[in-house]
Amino acid sequence: MTSAITATGLRKSFGGTVVLDGIDLEVESGTTFSLLGPNGAGKTTTVQIMSTLIHADGGEVRVAGHDVARDPAAVRAAIGVTGQFSAVDNLLTGEENLLLMADLHHLGRAEGRRRAARLLGQFDLADAAAKTTMTYSGGMKRRLDLAMTLIGDPRIIFLDEPTTGLDPRSRRMMWQIIRELVAGGVTIFLTTQQLDEADELADRIAVLDHGKIVAAGSPEELKRSIPGAHVRLHFADATGLGAAAAALGGAFRHDDTLTLEVPSDGGAIAVRELLNRLGDTADEVDEVSVHTPDLDDVFFALTGHPTAETTPEMENAR
Amino acid sequence: MTTLTLAVRDSATMTRRSLRHVVRYPVTLVVAVAVPVLLLLLFVGVFGALKASLGPRASYIDYVMPGIIVMTAGYGSSVTAQGVNRDSTEGIIGRFRTMAISPTSMLNGYVVSALARTLVSAALVIGAAIGLGYRPTADAGQWLAAAGITVLLVLALTWLAVPFGLASKTAEGLTGFILIVQLLPFISSAFVPPDQMSGSVRWFAAHEPFTPIIDTLRGLLTGPTPSGGTVLAAVAWCVGLALAGYLWARVLVRRDLNR
Repeated sequence: MTSAITATGLRKSFGGTVVLDGIDLEVESGTTFSLLGPNGAGKTTTVQIMSTLIHADGGEVRVAGHDVARDPAAVRAAIGVTGQFSAVDNLLTGEENLLLMADLHHLGRAEGRRRAARLLGQFDLADAAAKTTMTYSGGMKRRLDLAMTLIGDPRIIFLDEPTTGLDPRSRRMMWQIIRELVAGGVTIFLTTQQLDEADELADRIAVLDHGKIVAAGSPEELKRSIPGAHVRLHFADATGLGAAAAALGGAFRHDDTLTLEVPSDGGAIAVRELLNRLGDTADEVDEVSVHTPDLDDVFFALTGHPTAETTPEMENAR
Repeated sequence: MTTLTLAVRDSATMTRRSLRHVVRYPVTLVVAVAVPVLLLLLFVGVFGALKASLGPRASYIDYVMPGIIVMTAGYGSSVTAQGVNRDSTEGIIGRFRTMAISPTSMLNGYVVSALARTLVSAALVIGAAIGLGYRPTADAGQWLAAAGITVLLVLALTWLAVPFGLASKTAEGLTGFILIVQLLPFISSAFVPPDQMSGSVRWFAAHEPFTPIIDTLRGLLTGPTPSGGTVLAAVAWCVGLALAGYLWARVLVRRDLNR
């Protein structure tokens, strides 16, 4: 296996604020790598350095075998980038946007039209091809943006929060497209704030917090290090809570919110067994909810603090 | 393909893109012609009475027309700055910069399309002026020279518009540039000869870049033939401003995004 992307000791500050504080990464060719972290963690900055848009203050980054600082042109020829905000020409139609990219990749007229037509069909944009993208929904713009990235057939693709702000259907569609790309041998560098997205797509995940990698590994390795799912029981009053807590040993009791958290895999059988153990006390339960670990749990487990609120300065720095 | 042919090809692609914007939204071109024509009507119709103060000149419209051409170019450059700024803030410039194309191709696309758009509006404005009684006396050579000066002027203003558009983080940030290119012609020889102005305004009007450009155009189009010094000053201002804008724009597209 060869490395598509390597970063060693990557550093970047914006006006005194340290955004990346010595990052090491390695992404194998033909795999999906996910950089997971909250707003302001430095995900976009990492992508911007790797895609030659900004310079690092220190460290070395190699993409497709080329140093991003010394040979940005060779890196650009190998990559495709879809940023957090759709970078499409809003005064042109969807098809014209794709043909513009085809021309800039020097594809030739016939080949450009062929690829544009294929991508428009594949991304469910054929009906909107002749409309200006100003009229597109957020999901359509994001799909067009990715199609524009793909028209040059890049072998390494950077996706910066590709599903943020998308509705569930568009999100699943985006996931499917990403899986197909990887099946075709493309290397994907994906940033996300959502654990389930990284879990769903990535071969390896690195968790970024305040400019440092706090954990890295396969999704399974990462999930092993964080608390599992639990069932949350809410009670109408303290009497019910007390009775249930007595009936179930090993549950976490929250008197202020009248809830009980019971570790569980959250499956139907486990929930039924749990309620059976409660016996008559089950009648006191107002509400049952199953809680699966999310980014907050990962952060709490890995860093001992919840996902930090992003400060305005860090937001600007991104 | 060599680097040069690729750069030419990319510049052509970028030019086509910007020209398509004009064709798709012709209202830009309509306004670019309508505003100077309205100004012309204002000055000839409302302030035409001033012509008495100009001495034995045949017609005030012949006097103001070169200034109107300069204002057409100024309006064109503010449209360019807004377009560049829109691309910059909407993120498509970021996309172009991750692609294997030379940054100068992107800039060339803006400049070539702006040149075409502004020359078309200037031609339409001159056509309208002739309809209103403008009577240039230029021969073919003088028309050619006037066209050359106009091209230089548009290049200068466009190469300034591009870096202003790139540097501004918001559309509002462009107000300064737009005001300067649209107001400076008023304090020049465009509407009143500077020697009839007073004090520091006279000094400013006599020495600002638009004055020699306007005087050269006026001399070429309706005579008398402009002096060599005036022509030289006009050309020097245009080349100098274009060069400064070009160098600034090059710095901007090579430095880090969003800095």
